[in-house]
Amino acid sequence: MSATATTFRTRRRPPRETTGSPLLLGHGRLPRVLAGTALVVLAVVWLLPFLWAVVTSVQSEEDINTTGLSPFKGAFTLDAYQQILERGNVTVWAFNSFLIAGLVTVITVAVSTLAAYGFSRGTFRGRRALLGVTVAAIMVPPQLLVVPLFDQMTLFNMVDTYAAVILPQVVAPMMVFILKRFFDGIPKELEEAARIDGASEFRVFRSIVLPLSRPIVAAVAIFVFIGAWNNFMWPFIVTNDPDLMTLPVGLATVKDAYGIQYAQSMASALLAALPLIVVFLLFQRRIVNSVATTGLGGS
Amino acid sequence: MTTTTSLGAEDRTASPAVAAGGRRPALRRVRSGNGLVFVLPFLLVFGLFMVWPIVQGLWMSFTDSSLALRDTDFVGFGNYAEAFGDPDVWSSLGNTVFFTVVSSVPLVLVALAMALLVHSGLAGQWAWRLSFFAPYLLPVTVVTMIWAWLYQPELGLGNQLLDALGMAPVGWLSDDSVAMWSVAALTVWWTVGFNFLLYLAALQSLPTTFDEAAALDGAGAWRRLWSITLPQLRRTTGLVAMLQILASLKVFDQIYILTKGGPNGSTRPVLEYVYDVGFTGYRLGYASAISYLFFALIVVVSLVQLRLFRRED
Repeated sequence: MSATATTFRTRRRPPRETTGSPLLLGHGRLPRVLAGTALVVLAVVWLLPFLWAVVTSVQSEEDINTTGLSPFKGAFTLDAYQQILERGNVTVWAFNSFLIAGLVTVITVAVSTLAAYGFSRGTFRGRRALLGVTVAAIMVPPQLLVVPLFDQMTLFNMVDTYAAVILPQVVAPMMVFILKRFFDGIPKELEEAARIDGASEFRVFRSIVLPLSRPIVAAVAIFVFIGAWNNFMWPFIVTNDPDLMTLPVGLATVKDAYGIQYAQSMASALLAALPLIVVFLLFQRRIVNSVATTGLGGS
Repeated sequence: MTTTTSLGAEDRTASPAVAAGGRRPALRRVRSGNGLVFVLPFLLVFGLFMVWPIVQGLWMSFTDSSLALRDTDFVGFGNYAEAFGDPDVWSSLGNTVFFTVVSSVPLVLVALAMALLVHSGLAGQWAWRLSFFAPYLLPVTVVTMIWAWLYQPELGLGNQLLDALGMAPVGWLSDDSVAMWSVAALTVWWTVGFNFLLYLAALQSLPTTFDEAAALDGAGAWRRLWSITLPQLRRTTGLVAMLQILASLKVFDQIYILTKGGPNGSTRPVLEYVYDVGFTGYRLGYASAISYLFFALIVVVSLVQLRLFRRED
């Protein structure tokens, strides 16, 4: 199937890994040493909070609180992790996060690619006007809609449901716009041939346009997933039931309950951080390219 | 490729790509030439969860709508008039602008420095990229939990380092004049990775010819950075700054979790005030009015930025 062939080819493309232009630094030793030092210092500063959290999480609460100082003094223990996992709510929230972010991604990608194709190839009346409204909506910050959205969910009697968390998140005018721009660039000759042979419009979309758009669809999916996984304000407002909360929301509600249990606090933070870090390690090149090709995101 | 283009017959279509899909003549009935069906699902969710709340919010902003009681009265521009005279609106707006300035500047400059350093071709590309981008992948709660621990007054890393250097401890989150800077530092650490990747992508796509020519003419690394690379990045900088300012203006999550706007309201941004008024004070109508004023501000900022951006070209 051509779809798999395309993916295969994209994956196998020799990595456009920069080794940078050696020219940038010239051949002198001094710039090289200075740049190297600066890079190492920056990286250490950026990794330090992680390291500090890891070190804290493998100590006992007593050691942290009694020795008062360096977490390096205490003995190694995984007690904090054990207690967190035994309590179980972090695993429930992780499941909710996966479920919600996964569904948001699937629905958003489906709805947005279809719409983008319709906007790109369609000839229906009002197409330009609707497209204009969609593009204008990119400017609307979702945070500003929480008050009326909450009112709407109350009206629909949907507060504290998965649907209420998910549905408002699937409206992604930015993604529609990015996909539409990409579809516009695909030559129409390929599709014409299929249309002449009687392929339905949906078939043309699914079998020709979509396979050619894998990289951009992947990019959109990645960003929608990261965005949904990390989304805080809306899920926070629309869920009160701890069993429906996502990781960021659930942790925020119990964060203060940890009090002076710093090891547990850090252990739960790190557990919550793990899934996306793993995703990043797996898809690093694709994610990096996604930022480059779409130039979107932001929090 | 088949040359027989039999419109009616089985779906034996022209390109091998299509042939793979196979069967289902039923779908041909969906072949609505004008493409409207494709847009319908989007229009549905867009109408329900975007247009409706926008219109509803606008309506609410002219009423005394409340979470506490169901019957609402039209109050005209009352909420808007109240907002203009509300010192909390102005102070939270001031906090938002202050945060935007002290976070956006380093978020652009540090990202640029990181990208230039990584692009200079030192070994270990993926390790640098991972270190700088990883925090961006963290949920906001995780970021604030880690930083709340760093900022912890007695045991936190910040004050321990100061202590080791023989300096007095700082009230990172308890001192009115320091708290917003602490929030900005957290934000830079958290989100700089995204801007860094934008810069890195831009650097990788720059033509190397000018750089090479200048090097042949004997220009040193420093000179070429200022006279060639940075000017070539001007457009990217415009884009990064534009996205960053809009993102910073919308700050809420990390502040709400870290300080709840304190101490003494010194870190409360506009969006948190909207939240406080609407969900803690139950005054949805007034909260909507503030939202719309803030939205108007964002539109103005976007338009000004677009203007400047266009002129650059």
